[in-house]
Amino acid sequence: MSKKYVILNSSISGLLLVFLFVLLLPEKPSISYEYIPKLSTNCPPGFKRSASNECIAQNLYMQYNSPNNKGVGGLQTGLPEIRDGFSPQEIDLGRYLFFDPILSGDGSMSCASCHSPAKGFSDGRATSIGNNNHKLPRAAPSLWNVAYLKKLFWDGRATSLEEQMQGPLFSEEEMNNSPENLLESLNNIEAYSELFTEAFPEKSENSSIELDEIYTAIAAFQSSLISLNSKYDRYAHGYHKALNQREIEGMNVFRSFVARCAECHTPPLFTNQQFAVIGTPEPDGLPLDPGAEVPFNDKSLRGAFKVPSLRNIEKTAPYMHSGNFKTLRETVQFYTDGRGHAVPEDEDLIIHWHIWEPGLSDYELDRLVDFLKTLTDETFTPRIPETLPSGLKPSV
Amino acid sequence: MKSTPFKIIAVLLILGLGVYLGKLFFSSPELSSLPLPSTIKYRNVGLSTDTTQLAQANDFRGKIIEVKNGELIQEAVKVANPGDLIRVYPGTYSENVYIDKDDISLQGVVINGEWPTLDGKKEINDAFLYSGNGILIENFKIINYKGNGVMGQAGNNFVIRNNWIIDTGVYGIFPQYGKNGLIEHNVLSVIADAAIYVGMCDNVDVLHNEVFDNVAGIEIENSRHCLVENNYAHNNTGGILAFITPGLPIKTTFDVILRNNFVVNNNHENFGAPGSTVSGIPAGTGILIMAADDVIVENNIITGNNNTGITIVDLATGDPKANDPNSEGNPDRVVILDNIMYDNGNEPTGEIKAIMLTQLDTKGPDIFAYGGGMGSTIRDKNRYRSFGLDDYGPALINDTKDVPTMMTPSPVAPRSVSKEQLGELTYYGVCAGCHAFGTRLIGPPTEILQAIHADNPQGIVDYINNPTNLREDYPEMPPQDYLSDEAKMAVAEYILALTE
Repeated sequence: MSKKYVILNSSISGLLLVFLFVLLLPEKPSISYEYIPKLSTNCPPGFKRSASNECIAQNLYMQYNSPNNKGVGGLQTGLPEIRDGFSPQEIDLGRYLFFDPILSGDGSMSCASCHSPAKGFSDGRATSIGNNNHKLPRAAPSLWNVAYLKKLFWDGRATSLEEQMQGPLFSEEEMNNSPENLLESLNNIEAYSELFTEAFPEKSENSSIELDEIYTAIAAFQSSLISLNSKYDRYAHGYHKALNQREIEGMNVFRSFVARCAECHTPPLFTNQQFAVIGTPEPDGLPLDPGAEVPFNDKSLRGAFKVPSLRNIEKTAPYMHSGNFKTLRETVQFYTDGRGHAVPEDEDLIIHWHIWEPGLSDYELDRLVDFLKTLTDETFTPRIPETLPSGLKPSV
Repeated sequence: MKSTPFKIIAVLLILGLGVYLGKLFFSSPELSSLPLPSTIKYRNVGLSTDTTQLAQANDFRGKIIEVKNGELIQEAVKVANPGDLIRVYPGTYSENVYIDKDDISLQGVVINGEWPTLDGKKEINDAFLYSGNGILIENFKIINYKGNGVMGQAGNNFVIRNNWIIDTGVYGIFPQYGKNGLIEHNVLSVIADAAIYVGMCDNVDVLHNEVFDNVAGIEIENSRHCLVENNYAHNNTGGILAFITPGLPIKTTFDVILRNNFVVNNNHENFGAPGSTVSGIPAGTGILIMAADDVIVENNIITGNNNTGITIVDLATGDPKANDPNSEGNPDRVVILDNIMYDNGNEPTGEIKAIMLTQLDTKGPDIFAYGGGMGSTIRDKNRYRSFGLDDYGPALINDTKDVPTMMTPSPVAPRSVSKEQLGELTYYGVCAGCHAFGTRLIGPPTEILQAIHADNPQGIVDYINNPTNLREDYPEMPPQDYLSDEAKMAVAEYILALTE
């Protein structure tokens, strides 16, 4: 055995010792450091954190009664029941997931690609563009106040956000992911594993991310998108100077039984959450969309769509299920052009009874647009994450 | 003999006395008797449990605002505060009056047969639109509007009475989403849908009205606990209707009493708008019960209606086009008590004519029932000409005299919110967009607000009303003066008390 070997041996054992020391040492000092959570521990605006760490909705409409608890009525009426009670951590994790293109099959799209905060949580397109530039048949609905909605999708085929989001996530034309691939890609990102452990504390530390946790987190974030502080709301709560004369005239046209807007777009949410066949035209080249007829297998619902909320409607042009109307003015014009005037000749739709010939003047239509713009409120817009656990760039 | 001057003075005195007495007894003096502001308390005087009067808890504490011909009623509404009475004098008012306040009374003053008249000139949509609670509208003549005479959206404790309404478009009187209301002593004609339309309401009495020459006289739709009594419905397409319209957010009609009404000669041609529910009602319909449950028909005089006296159908028969899986479409537990019925069904139309022909009868029946439904009963069935009542058993009650009113025993109270709750709702619902405890958002963290305004909620209120930029490193706060005074103080106190 040469000297060389002795030196080598001892240095190896020395290195091993040092290595062992380094390996064992960190346990002690770590106690003196506070664990810094990576997810927000505060509820987003519009919510109060309860003792059990649930975010409970709080807003001025909670001062009012709601007839038969349906959340429809007049100016000072309570809202429909809200989906709340998520933890701040679930909501914040959902925010990362919502903007992360890792959720799509090829990493090119996030939820926000079609539901962008800058575009009223829609995408500014007549109909959305999916994976590989696939042109989709319908417009992306806004997500503002989605926590109050009992039916989701234009045709109302989903009854929960968790159910709804699996549509775009796993549709070949949309985000083109699969449950297996989604789980695999998220479980391979250590930062996500940590965040899921933080958001779901009952989960054991090394267990893998589950689909239900992904759905819960995204639903939590979507449910936090609250818009209830518009100029209109100030008027509704009793501050009548909030609207100018033209906007008030528009509000009175809106709720009169001539225009009948408020009969379906009923305050305070500006939807009664029912289906309606109104017979809007499709853009050139598109066949008539049968709407709710298909999921409900019901002929009487041919051409029926869920009545959308009008909150932040100014931000979500173009309008209707396939975006045929570029402006609010064109949209309100549709309602006075005659019952069924745009229905294809070979179709026999059961047009909603409130669609008639109100004979609204140009002046009244302009005022309606003035009023619709008072429903804008984006003060609680969430922040887009600057960096994402996946390392990808937030996609909006 | 007395002197002449005395005589003259005596004559003058007697003359003066005579003039005074004459004025006292024969002239029309400036009698001023303010009709009582009737949403308000005085009606509680002598109120016992056997009246149908609406009980109100509030004293009359408001001021009286007068509107004369040439002025605008809306201007009075703008300056009115809850509890005020607006008195409108004879004249023509062409305007849309909207009332987004609580406890406002609008009272027409009829003088020498001259009414304060709201004339829409077929250009204006609605005469009165209200969203507040405790609204009274009485003594108006309302003509030539395009939409409604009176439309309410979610106002509770309403009183609409003594109005004379002609051709106001789609509806005459239309409270929607209201609880506890009284519609009485109105006269309505030439309305293209329902003259009186109680839509998605609860606890409403419709009493002593005359409705004629309309498509539908009185309509109780998707509403519960309603009493329709002592009305005169004649020459409408359909006289009195209780039904469910599918596709509405509130989906039931039940507990309705139709009592002591005259339902006579409702044979008007149907001029309802295409697509409307009433456009399908055959002329000659006295009473129609469609899909509504627990409707009691008692002591009505139902004569001369050319199709049927009473029609009871399910939704599939009556409104087969519309579909709503959440609307239960069968009329269950209808109760028909004593009614005077004759001379109905002289010219049956459509399906009823065809069905009666299968019975070898060319006349329509007094009572026609068709389609689903269970548990319905009738008293003294054999006295009427009827169709489809084979499974109607004998009624289990003789009368409804124990139900004097469907209105609530006291006004529907507003939802009560404590000061602390109001502060909390305002803080999290409004302020939390920019302020949070322990975190910098758009504005300074809440604990900094606490430090600046310690023990001084008024300081926060003043700042909310008129913000001045105190800190270079933060943007200026927009005024939040739209909040009510109560909300401002409540939120100021709430902010100062917050600990996390």
